[in-house]
Amino acid sequence: MILERVRALMSEGVADRVLGWEAGESAYDRTPAFFNSENLDNLKYDSFCGCNVSKYLVAEMPKEGKIIALIKPCDSYSLNQLCTEHRVNREKVFALGVGCRGKIDVEKLRAMGVKGITDIAEDGDMLKVTTLYGEKTVARRDALLDKCLCCKGKEHKGVDEVIGESEETTVGDKFGMVAKLEAMTPDERFAFWRSELSKCIRCNACRNVCPACSCVKCVFDNPNTGVANKAAADDFEENMFHIIRAFHVAGRCTDCGECSRVCPQGIPLHLLNRKFIKDINELYGDYQAGEEIGQRHPVIDFTKADAEPSVVHQRGGAKA
Amino acid sequence: MKKLALSALNAFYSKISETKTLIAPIESAGQVDFGVWSEGAQVRLDVLKTVKSAKGAFFPQVEDMVRFHVQGKNIEIDPAEVMDEDFVIFGVRACDARSFELLDRVFLSDPVDPFYAARRAHGTVVTLACGEPEETCFCTNFGIDAADPKGDVSAWIVGEAMYLRANTEKGEALIEGLDDAEDGAVGETQASIRAIAEKLPFGRLNLTGFDGDHLMERFSDPKWAELSRACLGCGTCTFVCPTCQCYDVRDFDTGNGIQRYRCWDSCMYSDFTLMAHGTNRPTQLERFRQRFMHKLVYFPSNNEGLYSCVGCGRCLAKCPQGLHIVKVIKALGVKDNA
Repeated sequence: MILERVRALMSEGVADRVLGWEAGESAYDRTPAFFNSENLDNLKYDSFCGCNVSKYLVAEMPKEGKIIALIKPCDSYSLNQLCTEHRVNREKVFALGVGCRGKIDVEKLRAMGVKGITDIAEDGDMLKVTTLYGEKTVARRDALLDKCLCCKGKEHKGVDEVIGESEETTVGDKFGMVAKLEAMTPDERFAFWRSELSKCIRCNACRNVCPACSCVKCVFDNPNTGVANKAAADDFEENMFHIIRAFHVAGRCTDCGECSRVCPQGIPLHLLNRKFIKDINELYGDYQAGEEIGQRHPVIDFTKADAEPSVVHQRGGAKA
Repeated sequence: MKKLALSALNAFYSKISETKTLIAPIESAGQVDFGVWSEGAQVRLDVLKTVKSAKGAFFPQVEDMVRFHVQGKNIEIDPAEVMDEDFVIFGVRACDARSFELLDRVFLSDPVDPFYAARRAHGTVVTLACGEPEETCFCTNFGIDAADPKGDVSAWIVGEAMYLRANTEKGEALIEGLDDAEDGAVGETQASIRAIAEKLPFGRLNLTGFDGDHLMERFSDPKWAELSRACLGCGTCTFVCPTCQCYDVRDFDTGNGIQRYRCWDSCMYSDFTLMAHGTNRPTQLERFRQRFMHKLVYFPSNNEGLYSCVGCGRCLAKCPQGLHIVKVIKALGVKDNA
């Protein structure tokens, strides 16, 4: 259905290329890929396309022509935010919203002890997993990516057209874990983040995948800055790296969850961003980055009614 | 062959650690990696693939090389000491054990790397046969037998017992005193591991044409452009890889001197081997190509055909965008790989 629509759009001359996903070598590998009319048959969209492809549009902007981008509901927020920041020119993109009912995380299946996965078939709310060691059946919702457990809803924001149905997959409270961390003593919280962040291998996958981290050259990749450390000279450094990065994307982070999805060490990096989102919501009123193009987020916007964070801190959190 | 009840493993770890540092796959904050064992550590021999490989025991991610202390007009030079204590690394899989042989060819050939050489001399490697190989495993392509891993001691888990076989004098010293067992005790387990290894989906890749004789053909293949396009350049593949051995040497300004350390580097990074000459790698295409050309073409052409990949499959499991060496082999290789 998606393929037919994309093909029709291409023949109407809407765009000359497509950004989506292609199947890899295993049952679950999906790689972001570009297509033209010749290789369009390789386009694949299914429950394993968890990756947010919106950032790949940045590199396409200097090129001629228009591009069809396949955008899931949550990805639409990233696309809008990139447009707000003038990293993507919306006029060069035809955003084709694609339906989503939550994406599957193979790591979750592995954590359940499912080994040797050779095929995964969907059967309603169940997954039938074929392995080297026999068949297994798993509830689909138990294998969803963490980011899908805090789903942004089934609505695509500001896309040109929507194809397919979506489902809301939220389970529990988005800020539940942040509240739990806030309730800890400073020592407990320090211990939590030290144990998590100490796993960091400084691969920078979180930064490279992040649609809010769209600098052409990161300060940490620039040998002339004197801070371009590929590894930590002392073991506290990678801790600071993540905290500073979270500060840098505060107000612009849409909570797309890619940072935690790509982390090879399973660090819950999204919790740092969510802490900022929660603080912004509490101080300035509910705000969702990327809801529409052209928003001014509270951290860069000033109104006379703004709460002063230092004053709020003195009041013990009360805004007025 | 010796035998040890699984319930007695902890006491065995404890005994080893009385005289030597013990490194084992340990769970910490939900992830399993090789780390130093201490009483109460959660050893996970059931986990097939640690996130990072075992190479860090011999080639750590960061190590100090020398410190310079500046006092007035004097500079005091304080070289880091090489390891001089014995240690044991426990639970290494057959693929990672092979990677040590590959790293030896790099670090122990002239000029010998003294830090690596000291660790190799002081380390005792205890390997563990792979009870349940994963679909991401493809060590069979490189002549590795997951049912008969190398190392100073080879171990198998059968039922509620671990069987251990010493392969070297170091290994014999480590397991002497344990109960004797029949040599054939692990035969059945080995047969079942090999039966699974036969069924691995990537177990028989066609590597024809990946050699020094076809260097330019592989290098000039137009497919690199599309293959590399989704690469984030994050370097996760290089950091989890047991055979990636590139490092950078960096200076850290301590305020009154310099701490010179080396750390793992990644050919996926924009400043990797960045120099004033004119052949740097300007885009991800060249960086991506370098990684696979090194493992599949350059290394074998300098090392009697030995590939610099052991088929551990960590890159298959960990690349956030589903790019990895199997995909490259299939895309660039002869057609019957499809």
